[in-house]
Amino acid sequence: MSRTRVVVTGLGTTSPLGGDVVSTWEGMLAGRSGVRALTEEWAAELAVKIAGRVAVEPTEVLERVKARRLDRTSQFAMVAAMEAWADAGLDGAVGEGGLDGERVGVALASGIGGVTTLLENYDVLKEKGPRRVSPLAVPMLMPNAPAANVSLHLGAKAGAFTPVSACASGNEGIALALDQIRLGRADVMVAGGTEAAVHPLPMAAFANMMALSKNPGDPTTVSRPWDTGRDGFVLGEGAGVLVLESLEHAQARGARIYAELLGAGITSDAHDIAQPDPAGRGGSRAIRRALADADIDASAIAHVNAHATSTPQGDIAEGLMLHATLGAHVSDVVVTSTKSMTGHLLGGAGALEAIATVLALHHRVSPPTINLDEQDPQVELDIAIKPRDLPVGDIAALNNSFGFGGANVAVVFGSV
Amino acid sequence: MPSTEEIRSSLAEIVNEVAGVDVDDVQLDKSFVDDLEVDSLSMVEVVVAAEEKFGVTIPDDEVKNLKTVGDAVAYIERAAA
Repeated sequence: MSRTRVVVTGLGTTSPLGGDVVSTWEGMLAGRSGVRALTEEWAAELAVKIAGRVAVEPTEVLERVKARRLDRTSQFAMVAAMEAWADAGLDGAVGEGGLDGERVGVALASGIGGVTTLLENYDVLKEKGPRRVSPLAVPMLMPNAPAANVSLHLGAKAGAFTPVSACASGNEGIALALDQIRLGRADVMVAGGTEAAVHPLPMAAFANMMALSKNPGDPTTVSRPWDTGRDGFVLGEGAGVLVLESLEHAQARGARIYAELLGAGITSDAHDIAQPDPAGRGGSRAIRRALADADIDASAIAHVNAHATSTPQGDIAEGLMLHATLGAHVSDVVVTSTKSMTGHLLGGAGALEAIATVLALHHRVSPPTINLDEQDPQVELDIAIKPRDLPVGDIAALNNSFGFGGANVAVVFGSV
Repeated sequence: MPSTEEIRSSLAEIVNEVAGVDVDDVQLDKSFVDDLEVDSLSMVEVVVAAEEKFGVTIPDDEVKNLKTVGDAVAYIERAAA
């Protein structure tokens, strides 16, 4: 029996580059940075005062009463999911005579969860006492709130999953969704990730563990993957959501297909809670698993949207992984890190970058890596510093995500 | 001591903020649940905001007796007196 093929039919995002996919993709191709100086009062005391805030506040898009019942992570997830659902031509499709909600699932996570709600309510508790804590705090802050709210809004009843793996969460959502469709448990999955952690506590914590860049220069130049001047990542926020469905289901309803989701690979380092394996062995195993799952040869890969967060060690390790897994073919592969423009969306990163990977295949162009003035000599990769055309014919692209805890998730998409 | 109308009007603003109900719909004879569709968690938010606004205490046991906007206004008038 042949395996169920899975395709991408809808995309949605809210990101530091734009409030939707079109503006985000245009921003990427234009090599624009979404990183800005933070203007909030609390930022003044922090060691790091920059971040990639979403370009469009979700409260401008969502109904006010609905928005106030959602943590910022869920607000982003809802904006992105509604766009992806409409983009797939499925708006209002669940219901009588239409799509069966029991065949639609959600796999959508964040790395940190509803931290804004949690900490704001803790402030209220300390300042005004327990009576003033919001009765909505728990359903707002719980980690599965984004998936649950999307499921509620769309009428998706085939499960609302919350795969949490720090900065690999978004990609893990996609990998899990692929399995659900292949196992016959759903025809359509709404998958991705969201994050809203631009708050003084997570920012102080990331800065104290030396993960964030402390570069005091122009904020738009601080996220500089593979550049010799890189010294840490820039925190971003936002969400990415993909509508995935079985090829059969997509064809039956005449859906527009962006790309095929060929395969995924998940591994864990078992090396260190925060540091990646310096040789990138866990990541390499994830890429090999993804290629094997996709049943393609490494030579089919034409493009990589790398995890490359602009940290000194991580960027080198990923270069080693790509050499280890793609071999001599690596010199023919156009590599990019869109984090140079968006910052690092943590649990939203893998999903936003999956959207960039899918659009790169769809439009046959790799978005650039900005701020790469002097490539680290320890990284021997062909990195696009301007938008770069991808080859015609059948090609595949790899999207990597790695997270604290030693989580490695690689996903492979194919052109259609 | 604010007038009944002043309390109703302030309460209407709270109900609007919490549940999105039009302030003009928040009249004394309206039921929170049946007419204004204020669910139980929203009702808790309304009560807590009203306590802060009017400087009164509305025990959880009392909340179930506040069926209409008029019930709530009367309770606040008594508690603030």
